[in-house]
Amino acid sequence: MRDADEVKVSISSEADVVTAREAGRQMASDIGLNGSLPTVIATAISEVARNIIQYAGRGEIILRRLNNSIKTGIMIIARDKGPGIADVEQAMKDGYTTGRGLGMGLPGTRRLMDEFEIVSKKGKGTTVTMKKWM
Amino acid sequence: MRVPILKQGNYLIATIQSALTDEDLLQLRDELTDRVGKFRSRGVIVDVTALDIMDSFATQTLRALAHMIRLRGAETVIVGVQPEVAFTMVQLGLTLEGISTALDLEEGLAQLNLKTRGVEARERRG
Repeated sequence: MRDADEVKVSISSEADVVTAREAGRQMASDIGLNGSLPTVIATAISEVARNIIQYAGRGEIILRRLNNSIKTGIMIIARDKGPGIADVEQAMKDGYTTGRGLGMGLPGTRRLMDEFEIVSKKGKGTTVTMKKWM
Repeated sequence: MRVPILKQGNYLIATIQSALTDEDLLQLRDELTDRVGKFRSRGVIVDVTALDIMDSFATQTLRALAHMIRLRGAETVIVGVQPEVAFTMVQLGLTLEGISTALDLEEGLAQLNLKTRGVEARERRG
């Protein structure tokens, strides 16, 4: 059986955060990402999934395999309909937090990934889209 | 998933055996801080060999754990950070600065023995 090209995990509890990062690790090793990459991907998922719980209460994580003729990778989308981030530029700075964390989550996650994009509208929610290539 | 805590002489050994939720980690921090007093322990080892990731929350909680235990008069050593976990932590910008770490349980115990030697000697004399 072929492994799924896309996996969706609903996020509404801390246990879902663990489910999402395990799904990410699984997909990463299924598509042949090796070395530290499965851990890097699981960690990035953990950071964005926790943000969903902490700031929006619920949302979802979508994991998608990426294939083009040259390379293989994984795309992670973290989406919520929460209050949105008032100042995205601030939120991407090391050490800035409005929550209980260290303020390393988002900027650190961007460093972990090859591509990282965050779109947030006040009152409408936040979508983080990121990619990691092999 | 609760983390089992083993009492061995003057030490407490907590061995993480599977992926933990944030709540599990906080519970581990509070239980260890509590038991250090209950058992009058001198040292604590947290074995993270089986921990699949150390993200910003896990790192922050382990740092808090070690600092809280020091305030209670005991030493903490974190053992078993895996190479890929270490790699990811460095990229994320996370450190365990000021916290003792060791390769594995054996090295961790050796470190605790060194750190608590003075206390033991005073106790024997006293």
